[in-house]
Amino acid sequence: MNAQALLEIADDELILGWRNSEWTGIAPFLEEDVAFSSIAQNEVGHARALYQLVAEELGTTADELAFDRKPEDYRCSQFVELRLVPDWAKTIARHCLYEDADERRIKELIESDEPEVAGLAAKIDREEAYHRMHAQMWFERLENEPQFQEALEELRPLVDQRGEHLPEFEQLWEEMTEVRRSVAGATW
Amino acid sequence: MSEAQVWDALAEIPDPEIPPISIVDLGVVRSVSVENGTVHVEFTPTFLGCPALEVMRDQMAERIRGLGAEPVVEVVLDDSWSTDRITPEGREKLRASGFAPPAPREAGGPRLVQLQTGAFRCPYCNSTNTRLDNIFGPTPCRSVRYCESCRQPFEQFKTI
Repeated sequence: MNAQALLEIADDELILGWRNSEWTGIAPFLEEDVAFSSIAQNEVGHARALYQLVAEELGTTADELAFDRKPEDYRCSQFVELRLVPDWAKTIARHCLYEDADERRIKELIESDEPEVAGLAAKIDREEAYHRMHAQMWFERLENEPQFQEALEELRPLVDQRGEHLPEFEQLWEEMTEVRRSVAGATW
Repeated sequence: MSEAQVWDALAEIPDPEIPPISIVDLGVVRSVSVENGTVHVEFTPTFLGCPALEVMRDQMAERIRGLGAEPVVEVVLDDSWSTDRITPEGREKLRASGFAPPAPREAGGPRLVQLQTGAFRCPYCNSTNTRLDNIFGPTPCRSVRYCESCRQPFEQFKTI
């Protein structure tokens, strides 16, 4: 199993789920608040399942992988680290670009020779189908808007930009791991 | 203790988010085997981000302990659960509680144009004059639709 490659996907899903959840309560309208929160919840669920798979391989736990690593050990892309609230056009541009890139790597994983990797990827893919429909719906709605087109152009080169983390990642990490760091042995 | 007794006991556990249907109706119990006082259950989750998973797993373990056996509930993270595993009884119970049951799964998966058609039936008045209101709903497994006939929003179980 290529644990590092799976961690890359898991970290992307966790961090993007976190970022998407920042819209909960303040999305442009109620239906979208429900939708984006639900998508965030799914992404974190995918991260959890991927961490579990990797944790078995590395002899650790999903929670330790998700919350006990140092910020520099996360392998997520700068693309998912960006804090885009309150820019909805950019948020939807990222959503469209991410779902597209994510679909390609998940489809590759479905072809894996390892049944547990292929099986989990197939399950993730079926849930992601609904994220793609949501992205498609928004794309059709916004594709002729200059603000949306500019956002797509600006964000496209960042999709798979890895290595250095953005300065705003540090703060996200602080928020995300605060409970684990302040209560030793917390399991929630 | 027989496997049938375990299945019967598990069939009494309500789904934590849609209590009218049991976890056996929902199709998340993939297999049960009994050996020397240990009950091994393969549990296949619905949606990976569903917060009800831990509750279901703990309730299964508790129910099996209540039968006097030691539970081993294994969570299988593969592609084996789909909405096609919901039993006919489960689908009927969903409908009776105001949730439109999922459409059968098709090769290639669901598409937006299908969701936007009026092919889905309102669980209250049976009309197919319904429209998609939101792909996402109050839990990961549901969409929200609106019935133009009885003017009632309703929840549609997603096909997955």
